[in-house]
Amino acid sequence: MEQTHDQTHAAEHDVAHHVNKHVKGYLMVGGLLLFCTMLTVALSYVNFGTQKANIVVAMALATFKAGCVAAIFMHLKSEKWTIYRFLLITVVFAIGLFFLTGLAMMDPIKLN
Amino acid sequence: MEIPYTVSARPDTGLYNAKIGIWLFLASEVMLFGGLFSAYVFLRIGAAPGYWPHGLLNVPVGTFNTAVLIASSVTVVLAWASLKMRQFTQYKIWMGITILCGILFLVVKLTYEWPAKYHHFGAYIKKDALAKYEPYLGNNYLAAKGLPPRVEITGDLTKESEASMDDANTKTYVFKALDVVNAKPTDPESDRPTFWLREPIERTLVLDKADVDYASMFVPRHSAYFQTYFLITGLHGLHVLGGLIVFTYFWLPAGANMYKRNPEHLANRIEVAGLFWHFVDLVWIFVFPLFYLL
Amino acid sequence: METSTAIHSHDPHDPHGHGGHDDHHELGFLQKYVFSTDHKVIGIQYGIMGLAFLFFGFCLMMLMRWQLAYPGHALPGIGPFLARIIKNDGMNAGGVPGVMSPDFYNSLGAMHGTIMVFLGIVPVAFAAFGNYVVPLQIGAPDMTFPKINMASFHSFWVGGMIMLVSFFCPTGPAKSGWTSYSPLADLADQGSGHVIFNGQTMWILGMVFLITSSLLGAVNFITTIIQLRAPGLTWMRMPFFCWVQLITAFILLLAFPPLEAASFMQLMDRVFGTSFFLPHGVTLGNKLVNVAGGGSPLLWQHLFWFLAHPEVYVLILPGLGIIAEVLTNNTRRPMWGYKAAVYAALGIGFLSFIVWAHHMYLTGMGAAVSTFFQTTTILISVPSVIILTCLLLSLWGGSIRFTVPMLFATAFLPEFGIGGLTGIPLAFNSTDLYLHDTYYIIAHFHYIVAPGTIFAIFAGVYYWFPKASGRMMNEFLGKIHFWGSLVSINIVFFPMFLQGMAGMHRRGFDGGLAYDLNKPVIHWNETISHAAWTLGLFQLPFIFNFFWSMKFGRKVGKNPWNATTLEWSAPSPPPHGNFAEPVAVYRGPYEYSVPGHPVDFVPQADPQGPRTDAGAHGH
Repeated sequence: MEQTHDQTHAAEHDVAHHVNKHVKGYLMVGGLLLFCTMLTVALSYVNFGTQKANIVVAMALATFKAGCVAAIFMHLKSEKWTIYRFLLITVVFAIGLFFLTGLAMMDPIKLN
Repeated sequence: MEIPYTVSARPDTGLYNAKIGIWLFLASEVMLFGGLFSAYVFLRIGAAPGYWPHGLLNVPVGTFNTAVLIASSVTVVLAWASLKMRQFTQYKIWMGITILCGILFLVVKLTYEWPAKYHHFGAYIKKDALAKYEPYLGNNYLAAKGLPPRVEITGDLTKESEASMDDANTKTYVFKALDVVNAKPTDPESDRPTFWLREPIERTLVLDKADVDYASMFVPRHSAYFQTYFLITGLHGLHVLGGLIVFTYFWLPAGANMYKRNPEHLANRIEVAGLFWHFVDLVWIFVFPLFYLL
Repeated sequence: METSTAIHSHDPHDPHGHGGHDDHHELGFLQKYVFSTDHKVIGIQYGIMGLAFLFFGFCLMMLMRWQLAYPGHALPGIGPFLARIIKNDGMNAGGVPGVMSPDFYNSLGAMHGTIMVFLGIVPVAFAAFGNYVVPLQIGAPDMTFPKINMASFHSFWVGGMIMLVSFFCPTGPAKSGWTSYSPLADLADQGSGHVIFNGQTMWILGMVFLITSSLLGAVNFITTIIQLRAPGLTWMRMPFFCWVQLITAFILLLAFPPLEAASFMQLMDRVFGTSFFLPHGVTLGNKLVNVAGGGSPLLWQHLFWFLAHPEVYVLILPGLGIIAEVLTNNTRRPMWGYKAAVYAALGIGFLSFIVWAHHMYLTGMGAAVSTFFQTTTILISVPSVIILTCLLLSLWGGSIRFTVPMLFATAFLPEFGIGGLTGIPLAFNSTDLYLHDTYYIIAHFHYIVAPGTIFAIFAGVYYWFPKASGRMMNEFLGKIHFWGSLVSINIVFFPMFLQGMAGMHRRGFDGGLAYDLNKPVIHWNETISHAAWTLGLFQLPFIFNFFWSMKFGRKVGKNPWNATTLEWSAPSPPPHGNFAEPVAVYRGPYEYSVPGHPVDFVPQADPQGPRTDAGAHGH
């Protein structure tokens, strides 16, 4: 598609302006992630009852942080459906790997 | 002959080729680290009580490294944004900081964290000898408190003992310092890991090899914990290195040349490399609590 | 919302801009044939190297068959020669030249499997045919990432060389099965004094390169098929061959990495003394192994089979694609149930990831988890049957012409049927309990890959040879190749079902002599071996035909088969960039015998001609 010189500049300027709006967001999310890191460390010294509970808390926080990185830094929030499709099947298979392997471990033949 | 959609997006997918390529590659990386983490889960759950250690890694240093990586994730996306806004000098500054952060991460790991482990020693005590070393293990105290048992004595060996460790003629391991959990096993402070790493306490202990099930320095072969730690952080470190190589290539004149030819092309390349870098950061976000904190 | 807008630079040298033009400088020999980024050259590189590895793996099997037919006897002729060059007295057991040692037999078994799967079938069926044909069939000038394509080939041959070099390790090549189960694979050849240069460690290193090659290729295939389809080539107008290559690429992309992870772990066990897969208390030669323990042999099995099961669908899907192309072309009618076959293939791709533990029914799994895997395994037979049914029904009402590709394609159908149906008892843990690790398994999977995929590969070679070279292969030699292979291959594998059902173990180096239960079926060994050597002989006309026809085959033009898909609209062979003018698509892929049309086929790219989509609608 042919664009005139002016059209190209205008298009670039639009993109530049658009990206500029996000810069503040990136810095804020970065700060949030650093805070969450401190929080994770602090919470690891709080006893939530069982070791399992401690693990759940830490993993929940980690998942939230990972979600921020994915959604905002990796632009997933505004990405195309094609990419979501790849990630969806990947997540399904990764869960399958973990869950089914774990199930096989937890459910052995019982000898009585 | 030109390959279409190298820089501009294909209308129906709205994507340029490299973006699809990198996300596909990242999908495979999710499965790679998924396989590694499933090994972590398998081995940790399968570990007998006392055989999966806690508090062996330096939490302040690990936290610092985490912060460094997060900062580099911010700076790389700012580098990409600078390119989209056609501010080339800004791009070089942000990208330079990103590279420095990555180098810092690797330097901390390879010159401090890992070497600190190689010179530390641990010996697993045989089951029938546990009672003999009760003054160093404190298992009665732990059982009363409902805490998992201690089965290992860790610390620093004397130089001679370390050198002759594998010699069949030496019958003992000679400690010159013991970790606090073994020097003061019944002190409530030793019940749980602390934020600040506590230095080993000078104490001499002669450990009979006959009482030892398995012993080694804190290297991969030491335990399920350390083999998994070194494998996952090692592979992660290789990915950091790979990312740094790509970033450095685009920071050097090759990047400027591409910018001159077609600035959008460089912006796309940095976006794609940045996506890889964010994934590497993402993996570390899980590695840090799983090994350092839990 | 972020979009990458089509921003043109003002630089006159920018290829996207108005002042850009292609560089047509002459490429040197290295750039043209060794470091080429052209998908056609890379496809041929993969093809020739892959076929060579297939033949080498076949030779390994022919050696094994001597030991099985005549256990303990010296191999005449080449036996004493091998005795001199094979390490560790592999062919010099007990000091008798030409007699195979058990260790060497095990090595042959492990390497035959590894080479056939990873250095033979995948490079030929997926990488070679995929690389050559897919960009042409979608109307693209090349793959989206030509340099990565080149890197994937070089990673492949390096991995292959490592596997070959492992034959020269002092203690011989890998010998723990292609499945490399720990603890054996962790400990085999320990104490040989060579930390890296031993069979199993070299196997692991080779696998890392091969996995890398497949991952790079997979990324390329998927991106190319998504992004570079020509205008008018909607998803449901894409040839079935491209669909299966897309699905195969996804399987490789997502299933290989856990095996790569496990390979690193096994490497660490062997080189750094870790215990990822070694539990407490393992002994080797009556001595306790000096490791920390705490590992799990089952962990290796899970991670290995997580790849290796989807891998078998990687082995069959491209074959099914080739058959679809050859069948439609030689029946002069559209594919029956194209849409159903496409959805079935997608279903196979998905389900293949959640059936793997049917290889592990004997590891002590409880009722819940084994029920899950039995269910998914039986489920996956449904889409497989759907595809086979569509192919079978595609013969109905066809005007069949038995060209050499068609001979192989027609034979494929019942052979794949036998292979697939014999899998049903293996899906259930009750019957698998008996059949696991017997010759039944060997017969089952060989029926699918040998008279299955390899026949499909032959069909593909005869079919696309004229496109790649501009010459036809000799038909008479092709028919000899076909009939000789068909008869002998069935004599090789059918008796193995009988042996397996009697309980004969699949890895016995003595041909089953050690167990009385094998007595009624052990006589088949000799028959099978002779059939295998005959099968080898019948490959010679093919090898000769392949190279002879390159120079002396009958010259042909663009479309000697009167086919409809896009590759036949390009010159034979296509130049760099493939199509002289940009190509567009106006109809479905199999518009054969369109009612009312004077000719019995309408090429996809023909702007004149009826705009029908036989059986395929939508976008």
